[in-house]
Amino acid sequence: MAEIMYWEALQRAHDEEMARDPLVICMGEDIGVAGGTYKATKGLFEKYGPLRVMDTPISENSYTGLGIGASFLGVRPIIEIMSVNFAWLAMDQMFNSAAKVRYMSGGQLTAPVVFRSPGGSAHQLGAQHSARMEKVFMGIAGLRVVTPSNPKQAYGLLKSAVRSDDPVFINEHELMYNMKGEVPEGEYFHPLEGSEITRPGTDITLFGYNISVHWCLKAAEILASQYNISAEVVDLYALSPLDRAGIKKSVSKTHRAVIAEEDEAPCGVGSEVMAIINEECFFDLDAAPVRVHSALVPQPYNHKLELAAIPDHEDVVNAVLKLFGKA
Amino acid sequence: MKLEDKKRVLREMVLARRFEERCYQAYIERKIGGFLHLYPGQEACCQGVLEAARPGHDYVITGYRDHVHAIKCGADPKAVMAELYGKETGSSKGRGGSMHIFDVKNHFMGGYALVGGPFPLAAGIAKAIQLKGGDEISICFLGDAANNQGTFHETLNMAAVYKLPVLFVCENNQYGIGTAIDRSTAVVDQFKRVCGYEIQASQCDGQDFDVVYEHAKKAVAYVRNGNGPYFLELMTYRYRGHSMSDSRGYRTREEEELWKQRDPIFILRDRLIDAGAMTLDEFHALEKDTDHYIENEVIKFAEESPEPNVADLEKYVLA
Repeated sequence: MAEIMYWEALQRAHDEEMARDPLVICMGEDIGVAGGTYKATKGLFEKYGPLRVMDTPISENSYTGLGIGASFLGVRPIIEIMSVNFAWLAMDQMFNSAAKVRYMSGGQLTAPVVFRSPGGSAHQLGAQHSARMEKVFMGIAGLRVVTPSNPKQAYGLLKSAVRSDDPVFINEHELMYNMKGEVPEGEYFHPLEGSEITRPGTDITLFGYNISVHWCLKAAEILASQYNISAEVVDLYALSPLDRAGIKKSVSKTHRAVIAEEDEAPCGVGSEVMAIINEECFFDLDAAPVRVHSALVPQPYNHKLELAAIPDHEDVVNAVLKLFGKA
Repeated sequence: MKLEDKKRVLREMVLARRFEERCYQAYIERKIGGFLHLYPGQEACCQGVLEAARPGHDYVITGYRDHVHAIKCGADPKAVMAELYGKETGSSKGRGGSMHIFDVKNHFMGGYALVGGPFPLAAGIAKAIQLKGGDEISICFLGDAANNQGTFHETLNMAAVYKLPVLFVCENNQYGIGTAIDRSTAVVDQFKRVCGYEIQASQCDGQDFDVVYEHAKKAVAYVRNGNGPYFLELMTYRYRGHSMSDSRGYRTREEEELWKQRDPIFILRDRLIDAGAMTLDEFHALEKDTDHYIENEVIKFAEESPEPNVADLEKYVLA
């Protein structure tokens, strides 16, 4: 297996799928001639031309709708929305058209479209360029939501999303595009549902997804080496549908849970996972589950305030220690 | 167009009118739920444009006033009525309702209920045609009020940039829900708003089938020949309110009467009578036959069809 960067993994998935199927196209702002803000489409314009690598005007809702309309006829567009903050503008088409068309047409039409968009706090981008919005997307019937935590998932989830007949939203992170990791040399399709035990453990489950998986892994390391606590890290790469069985299995084993997310707490991944724990394995719990999450503030510009607003691995460690009565 | 074809068009227009009037009655009887947006008064628009195109081959998409467009594309009126009744035999298996009629095998790509929502979808359908290299065109029917959405401007811009084979048909019935166009829209003539995108556009009478047909023929040919998008504005009027909950307090009965004197069905009927192709008695017989068909086949089918199985509630959410 070769080590490549997250953006390279995405680029490779685009390239392979476009080479295989002439109806796979990609579109978005600056993705063509400019090569993509995060390089996920680098070199594709030169290889596949302007008909299949569409530089779009800055009209998020309508170019998203255009991709969805094309998908009705079997085209498989990969639509990049440069920042998840701009995806607010495209939600009408994503939710009202793509997610609902299969149902409201009685199964006649489907929108096999992929939306890719990075969110997250990334060094003082301020309130309107730092949003995490997975909490919004994961509540929409008819839309799959996945969020890769490493290059292998980035590659494999995009490949699977392109082949899926459902609309899939891929939630990326602006700070993760240069992360390195091993990606299989051959074709690899990551499942769009389920979860992964990234590090097995016995005393507590740390649930993370996307960037927070890395906080959980770092926290698990510290908990093992300094506190003799064996933490299991579960990567919730699929946010919709969430892996009820996987959540239950791990918590039933460890009897404790912390859920870490960069998103704000209300109506989020943490609240949903806690609800699932309650519904599936409440009586297996030895302690009440705890959420680690951002402060409910528009992201501040000042760096100190920004750091105070978002959690990290230390917050995960502290939450675990508190849960064990050690803090 | 041959007189025989025009007689067929008149038959279809009468069916469209009586179908919608029968929906009105069924709604009052609470057989139809939700919102119901009816088409009487605008029949020449749908007929004129789609007679000039190739319904069933060209792709058609529209808003929530969609029953007649679906039927013109080839949807079975029985399946459309069954959909309004919420039945499993409905065109969307009872999951869509009046605003979401679909008949994909006839390339009727659906009715959508967010005003202006179909603009980019229509452009996307055109994009798919462009990629696949077919000779179909994408036709988007929407009302004048949809043009105040951002999707109108954003989509016109993209359609021009990418030179997409899409025909935008604006059925200008002069009201956006209950607000008159001159109270909501700075430029009342919609075709003028398109010039900023260097898209070919024209405006014509939407009540006279022959006029719509002639203009649409040019527009369809323009788009089909690879010249890019075209915008056709049809001046028309809806007799009923925006939906069933609308008592039309925002306009006068005099204005309505004035428009009814230019009824699209009567204009075509009188022209056929003048040409000796039809008598008034024949027309009355046609109306009677249409009502008979609607009552004894369309309504009967909708009434007798089963409702969806509740166990299938979550079917069709994901593939």
